[in-house]
Amino acid sequence: MPEAEPREMLRTRGLQAWYGESHILHGIDLVVREGEVVTLLGRNGAGRTTILKAILGMVGRRSGSIEVDGVETVGMPTHRIARLGIGYCPEERGIFSNLTVEENLLLPREVRAGGLPLEEIYAMFPNLLERRGSLGTRISGGEQQMLAMARILRTGARLLLLDEITEGLAPVIVQSLHGLIGKLKAKGFTIVLVEQNFHFAANLADRHYVIERGMIADMIPCEDLVASTGKLNQYLGV
Amino acid sequence: MSFQAVMSQVMLGLNNGVFYAMLSLGLAVIFGLLNIVNFVHGALYMLGAYVALLGFTRLGPLVGLPDYQMNFWVALVAAPLVVGALGMAIERTMLRRIRKFDHLYGLLLTFGLALILQGVFTNYFNVSGDPYEGKPEIFNGAVNLGFMFFPKYRIFAILASLAVCFATWFVIERTKLGSYLRAGTENPELVKAFGVNVPLMITLTYGFGVGLAALAGVLAAPIYSVSPVMGSEMIITVFAVVVIGGMGSIMGSIVTGLLLGMVEGFTKVVYAPASSTVIFLIMVIVLLVKPAGLFGKEA
Repeated sequence: MPEAEPREMLRTRGLQAWYGESHILHGIDLVVREGEVVTLLGRNGAGRTTILKAILGMVGRRSGSIEVDGVETVGMPTHRIARLGIGYCPEERGIFSNLTVEENLLLPREVRAGGLPLEEIYAMFPNLLERRGSLGTRISGGEQQMLAMARILRTGARLLLLDEITEGLAPVIVQSLHGLIGKLKAKGFTIVLVEQNFHFAANLADRHYVIERGMIADMIPCEDLVASTGKLNQYLGV
Repeated sequence: MSFQAVMSQVMLGLNNGVFYAMLSLGLAVIFGLLNIVNFVHGALYMLGAYVALLGFTRLGPLVGLPDYQMNFWVALVAAPLVVGALGMAIERTMLRRIRKFDHLYGLLLTFGLALILQGVFTNYFNVSGDPYEGKPEIFNGAVNLGFMFFPKYRIFAILASLAVCFATWFVIERTKLGSYLRAGTENPELVKAFGVNVPLMITLTYGFGVGLAALAGVLAAPIYSVSPVMGSEMIITVFAVVVIGGMGSIMGSIVTGLLLGMVEGFTKVVYAPASSTVIFLIMVIVLLVKPAGLFGKEA
C-alpha cells in the first residue's frame, strides 16, 4: 500500500488579491504539506509578500480559496485565521518600539498548545534574556530578527510564514538563522519562506515557487534545483 | 501674595486639574488606538453628570418607585457603564466606518455628535444648570489643611481621580492587556495577525475612554452645576492639555492635566484675569518649542 501523503497545511486555489484598486495577485495555486519548507522566490514587487498577507487576510480584498489546515479562510477576520495555528514574521520584522523585548515576545496569543516555554526561548536566544527589559527597537537588527522569530515559536503555531528574514543582516546572523530554520524543519514545522537570498533557501526548501507579476511562473522541486539554476537566475534577474 | 492665598488657589486648581487629567487621559487612550480626535468627549462628560443627576431626581418616579433616588456610589458605577455602552454603540455604528479616512472626518463627526447631545439636553434642561444634591453625608464639612479649610468632598474627588488615572496608567503601561493596546496603537494589522481581536479591542477602548469621561462627570456633579454646556466649557481647555502633554501620551495627559490645573489656580492669585488664558498661552509656547508636546514622541 502506498504511503499516505502528509496532510495539507496550506492550499490556495485561484487566489486573487487587491490593495484598493490595484490588482496584485492573479490566481495563485499552491500547496504546502505538513513539515515542508517551501520558498516563494521572485523579484521585488512580484507579489510574494502579498501572498503571505493574503493568506492572513491582511490585504484590502481577496478572492479564490485559501485553506489553512483544511479550513476555508476567505471571509474570515485576520485574528481568527491566525488562531488556526499560523505564526507570521513580517518583512522588516514588525518589532513594536513602545514594548520591551519581553513584552514583544509575549504579545502574540498562544494559538495552539505545544509552543516553546519562555525559559526555552531564552535558552535558545540568550541575547534576548539579557536585553529583555530594553525597548524592542533599541536592540541590534540581528537581535530584532531573533525576537521576531522567537515570539512566534512561543505561540504553538505550526505553520510559519516568514517574510525576508535575512534582509539586511550580517552573514554570521544569516548563518544562525539558516541553522534555526533547519532545526525547525527537523521538528516538523511547516514553513513558507519569502526569500530574496536564494542561496539561503536552496538547501532548506522542498520546493521553490517562482512568482512573477502576481502569478506562479514556475515550480522547482528541490531535486531539480541544480539543473534549473540557469532558468532560476533568469527569473530572478541575477 | 500670602502663602495661604497661593496654596488655597493651587489646591482649588488641583481640583480642576484632576478633571482635566481624567478627561485628557480618555482622549489620549482613544486617540492612540482609534486615531480619532474625540470632540464628543465633553458632551459625554456632561452626560455622565446627568446620569447621576437624573438618577437622583427623576429615575424613581419614572420607573414607578417615587421614593427611589439613585445613590451617589451607584451613579459612580452606573454612569460609566451607561455612557460606555453608548460610546461603544457610537464606535460600532459610526466611527468604525470612517476609520480609514483622515483625522478630520472623525473630528467633524464627533463634533457634530457633541452639538446634537448638547442641543437635546439644552432643549430639555436649559443652560442654567441644576445642583446635584446626592452627595453622600459622609462628605459634608471640611478638613483643615493648615493653610485652608478644604471641603471633604473635593479631597475625595482629587484622591479618587488620581487613583483612577494611575490605575489606568498602570494597566496600559504594565500589563499584558496594556501591551496589546500599545502594540495596537503602533501597528494594528500586525496585532491582528498575532491572533488578537483588534476591532473588539477598539470598541472596548472607546467605551473605556468615554466611561472615564462619564466618571469624571459624576465626580464633578457635586462640585459644579450640572448643565448641558458643562462639557463644552471644559473640552477646549482639555484639548489644550492634550496638545501640551503630547497627543496620545498617557502619562503626559495625567501630569499635564494636574500641573495645568495648578498653574491656572496660581495665576488666579498673581493676575486673575489671565487665569482662563494661561493654559492657551502655554499651549502656544509648547507648540512652538516642542510641537509633539511635553511627553510626545517626535515623528
